[in-house]
Amino acid sequence: MTAWFTTHSWADIGSLFGHFLMLSFLAIGGAITTTPEMSRYLVTERGWLSPPEFTASIAIAQAAPGPNVLFVAVLGWNVAGVMGAAAAMAGILIPSTALSLWATRWGQARKETRGVRAFTAGLAPITIGLLIATGWILSGPAAGHVGSMALVLGTVVMMVRTKLSPMWAVAAGAVAGALGFA
Amino acid sequence: MSEEAVQTAVADAAVTPAAVPQSLGDLFWTFTRMSLQGFGGVLAIAQRELVERKQWMTREQFVETLSVSQVLPGPNVVNLSLMIGDRHFGLRGAFSALAGMLLIPLLVVLAITALYAQFATHPMVSGALRGMGAVSAGLVIATAFKLAVTLRRGPMGVPLSVLFGAVTFVAVGLLRWPLVWVLLALGPVAIALAWHRLKP
Repeated sequence: MTAWFTTHSWADIGSLFGHFLMLSFLAIGGAITTTPEMSRYLVTERGWLSPPEFTASIAIAQAAPGPNVLFVAVLGWNVAGVMGAAAAMAGILIPSTALSLWATRWGQARKETRGVRAFTAGLAPITIGLLIATGWILSGPAAGHVGSMALVLGTVVMMVRTKLSPMWAVAAGAVAGALGFA
Repeated sequence: MSEEAVQTAVADAAVTPAAVPQSLGDLFWTFTRMSLQGFGGVLAIAQRELVERKQWMTREQFVETLSVSQVLPGPNVVNLSLMIGDRHFGLRGAFSALAGMLLIPLLVVLAITALYAQFATHPMVSGALRGMGAVSAGLVIATAFKLAVTLRRGPMGVPLSVLFGAVTFVAVGLLRWPLVWVLLALGPVAIALAWHRLKP
């Protein structure tokens, strides 16, 4: 993949930044929801990454700790090294950060009003439904595999019933998987 | 305590967290610690750390803040970190929490990127990643179960909450409809019902 420093022009870095700036506004539900558009731009339109490079960039970020949005930095890095990572991350974060800060202040100042209470109370069950859907989608690859399904179930029981750190479950999953049980 | 006093105590427990962040450094390191534990997503760890370990938020506040960050563009946990930081230390708090969430994990992920090509095809590595993936699914499901308890006290009531939760799950989880459309269709109806039920 790419070297530390880029051979791309400043115009390319600028357009990478601009494109992710635009995607930030569309990223409701997280940056991961805009991957089809990222793939269209980086792979098809610009030809900066091959399809396997694009997929591998996302897989790496999923395997690493931290928020999923870090895959944007990996994509940028694989396009143009440090500058690419910085341009892509700044682009995806600046608009959504400004918007959330504005929205949280607006909401905090009015949190006792009926409108704001109705907004958060109405959305709460939808948020829980989304969490269950996310867990369901994430457990998709485990379906039909006894070891993996036991890991999903065991993790749920451990988290609900004990105060153990989730890191124990992650470590157990890694060991079980490396030994061929997942 | 009389029944009324108990109810007031329960209501207070829902709105008043037991602790607050001590400093900008406390925010930064708490979010760094959280982020570095988040394999396959930080949300489950955020609930554990913020609600159960640090007790900076109640479960109710966590669900509320998450609901708002869900409908805003941008990564949910990143929005969550900004909101919590801003609530305690203003703009400096928001950026300390954000930096904690992103800075060190970013260096880790780029280091892994550099190593990835050599190890990706090793069967033990891909096996370990599959195992960790299954665990991260379990972590999210457990978080949903724990937070679902808060709906019992909310103005929506249990039957309506179950209905909206189930429809959302079917639309996004089973039918894989785009989140934006699901939120635009269900959100206004749910908010209108909550508005009606909150009638003074």
